[in-house]
Amino acid sequence: MKQRRSITLLSVLAFGYAFLYVPLISVIVYSFNDSRLATVWGGFSTRWYAALLKNDEVLDAAWLSLQVASISATLATVFGTMIGLALSRFGRFRGRTLLSGMVTSPLVMPEVITGLSLLLLFVSLQLLIGWPAQRGFSTITIAHTTFSLAYVTIIVQSRLNAMDQSLEEAAMDLGGRPLRVLFDITLPLIAPAMVAGWLLAFTLSLDDLVIASFVSGPGGSTLPMVIFSKVKLGVTPDINALATMIIVFVSSAVLVAWWFGRRASRN
Amino acid sequence: MNAGDVSVTGKGGQLWQRFVIAIPYLWLLLFFLAPFAIVFKISFSDPIIGQPPFTPTFDDAGNVVSTWDNYRFLFSDKLYGLSYLKSVVTAAIATFFCLLLGFPMAYAIARSDERTRNLLLLLIILPFWISFLLRVYAWMGLLNNYGVINNLLLWLGVIDSPIQLMYTDFAVYIGLVYSYLPFMILPLYASLERMNWRLVEAAMDLGAGPLRAFRDITWPLARPGVIAGCLLVFIPAIGEYVIPYLLGGPESLMIGRVLFDEFFVNRDWPLASSVAVVLLVLLVIPIVLLQRSQGADQEGAA
Amino acid sequence: MAGFEVPSSGRVLIDGVDVTSTPPYQRPVNMMFQSYALFPHMTVEKNVAYGLQKDGVASSEVRDRVADILKLVQLEDFTARKPDQLSGGQRQRVALARALVKQPKVLLLDEPLAALDKKLREHTQFELMSIQDKLGITFVVVTHDQEEAMILSTRIAVMNQGRFCQVDTPATIYEFPTSRFVADFIGTINMFDGVVEESTGDEVAVRSPDANALLRAHSERKFRQGDKLALAVRPEKIYISKNKPDNGDDICLEGIVEDLGYFGNISLYRIRLPGGKIVQVSAQNRRRSATRSLEWDDNVFISWQPQSAVLLTE
Repeated sequence: MKQRRSITLLSVLAFGYAFLYVPLISVIVYSFNDSRLATVWGGFSTRWYAALLKNDEVLDAAWLSLQVASISATLATVFGTMIGLALSRFGRFRGRTLLSGMVTSPLVMPEVITGLSLLLLFVSLQLLIGWPAQRGFSTITIAHTTFSLAYVTIIVQSRLNAMDQSLEEAAMDLGGRPLRVLFDITLPLIAPAMVAGWLLAFTLSLDDLVIASFVSGPGGSTLPMVIFSKVKLGVTPDINALATMIIVFVSSAVLVAWWFGRRASRN
Repeated sequence: MNAGDVSVTGKGGQLWQRFVIAIPYLWLLLFFLAPFAIVFKISFSDPIIGQPPFTPTFDDAGNVVSTWDNYRFLFSDKLYGLSYLKSVVTAAIATFFCLLLGFPMAYAIARSDERTRNLLLLLIILPFWISFLLRVYAWMGLLNNYGVINNLLLWLGVIDSPIQLMYTDFAVYIGLVYSYLPFMILPLYASLERMNWRLVEAAMDLGAGPLRAFRDITWPLARPGVIAGCLLVFIPAIGEYVIPYLLGGPESLMIGRVLFDEFFVNRDWPLASSVAVVLLVLLVIPIVLLQRSQGADQEGAA
Repeated sequence: MAGFEVPSSGRVLIDGVDVTSTPPYQRPVNMMFQSYALFPHMTVEKNVAYGLQKDGVASSEVRDRVADILKLVQLEDFTARKPDQLSGGQRQRVALARALVKQPKVLLLDEPLAALDKKLREHTQFELMSIQDKLGITFVVVTHDQEEAMILSTRIAVMNQGRFCQVDTPATIYEFPTSRFVADFIGTINMFDGVVEESTGDEVAVRSPDANALLRAHSERKFRQGDKLALAVRPEKIYISKNKPDNGDDICLEGIVEDLGYFGNISLYRIRLPGGKIVQVSAQNRRRSATRSLEWDDNVFISWQPQSAVLLTE
């Protein structure tokens, strides 16, 4: 049934999308700006892209960020799936409310608090047992895993809640022990949710600035930290280029995923 | 019925389940809960020069050393009270504008047909996957005195000289709404999508005009989504650091920035900890509200 | 029985073996779920083979047994398909095959015919009976559909609030109910509450305020004068006519047609007796005619044989 949508509604919608996308488009446009003054147009040029590729600081930071993101996303997916399973399938167990609370809090906790608390933890641990001696890669990874797993848990848990439980019962009825049923039936069916969770955790990790600033150490700068130190003073052209590359890459990835998703569901 | 109910399996069946619960549980206890305890503890310490820059809890004699100095300072210096207030007010205003823009958008998406709906949703989510930092950065380019907006207005002849948009509260609001809009739209959409539009038709059939039908039927059913969306924006916005730093001016001092500066610039860890504790206390009520509405929502959906 | 709920009291015995504390994956019981519960990410063949594989059966034997059972349910050409490529009836047959291939001692069926349309339902009913006959496995069917229960079962257990009221063959349940609940629950029945006036041999005479004649019935149970009971008679056992019938032994009552429903093959009448009671009568339309023989507000006589009625005390 089609509704005749009012003009005001359509215009609000159009305004909303413009609001979301105009800044991104302007960054892309200005990344080709030949002038050093990032906001005055000086002609079309790709020199900033070339400069970016020679910038070791940015490249090192990008590499570090990718590594941290991959590892923390994987750990977060593993833990998040475990918790999702526990909360959805294991009924009541001791400490369930606390677990549930611990899992939903990181979603809304301001990053400065999470960052501060984790740094203080690492410092205290260092005093107590000598580890971590040097803050950097491992501490950032641990921090990212911890807040990402909350997101993975929510995704996996809602998928499990929506899943027909009679499938697992049928498998048990046919002779599968609960652990076997988990691997034969449950995990394959929630695999898409796990993948979505991994991607989300990966993105969150790549994007994090505040927490990484707190828990990192000398020599361990993530990409957001490098970007932030550059843009503190104002708009810079090579950041425009970097931003464009990321925007284009992410957009294409998302559009490709969506396209494949549509084709799969049509079949 | 779930695997856990089959307690007839005895100890063997439950062992691996205990592992599955225990491993992430321990992780969270160590890396999520314990840190808060430490923050709390350190808020009672004194700052000292050295590593680590705070006095230990136990002195040489084994007695507990603690001080209320940090909190006393916090409550005596007006700066802190003002920035808490500023943060709450800013977050509230930003939440309001997010709702103002987000609700019609979510409504329009929920009312559109299947195919367009997926595309529209995708376009809402897409910016979310792009770096948050870069999106805030993008606004810096737009709001600049030599930025796109000013250039456009000058070119159109609406103004004679650039208006100061950057480093103002206005810029902070734009940044907050821009970054948190998806967080508002998605829960709103989830609530509206579940709605049975026939109820609105029934109301109109019984004599209610469209505005009346909206107030009586649509709004109450969409309320859980509204609450969830508002809290998902309001709570993190209070502690925002990046947006006020990059886009805001000296009068936009928010508590996130205060905490960061106390910690990194003044190296006063105990004071920063006390700032964090007070902020947490402030947030407890909204967080509990959110958890309640989430729980009720899930039960309602089931 | 499948082992998914732990009873708060009592035991479950299968073939004399106490399985109350045995988990579902170790019981010789298999279940056909109402939603079929086919594994969507596995083919028909893998679905059916799952149970055998969990038992550690050799893969060559698995292949053979799967092929045999699929032939039995007439799905041998569908082995490589996935559940979402099958129709509802085909999915049900896969679920059935999957449960049967392990040759369990008991097969549980949860509302097996509920999701099927009328024609398919009839076809499947007979198919189920023939499979059961061929394999000799005990089927336990749970249903709320009386027709399903009557056709499929060798024995029916009628339950009320968690307790068994009567466990008997379909005919016994229908014609010889042992309680008011069972009599009323299965099909339709007319109940006359009354008091025993006299009881000689196997004939009992009941006086009821609903009827202005003495109601007689046959019963093997002994009753005494003054016992309170209900006399129940099924609608199809009652004759209805405009003229008074002359079979002397029958109980005969007079009444007015309050309502009638014409169904083509039968007609249902609601007759109001002088005392106000409504009696339901069903009659086959034996005569081929376009006009009805009885109309609203007609005076009619209804009668039934004494042995048609059953006496109920609970």
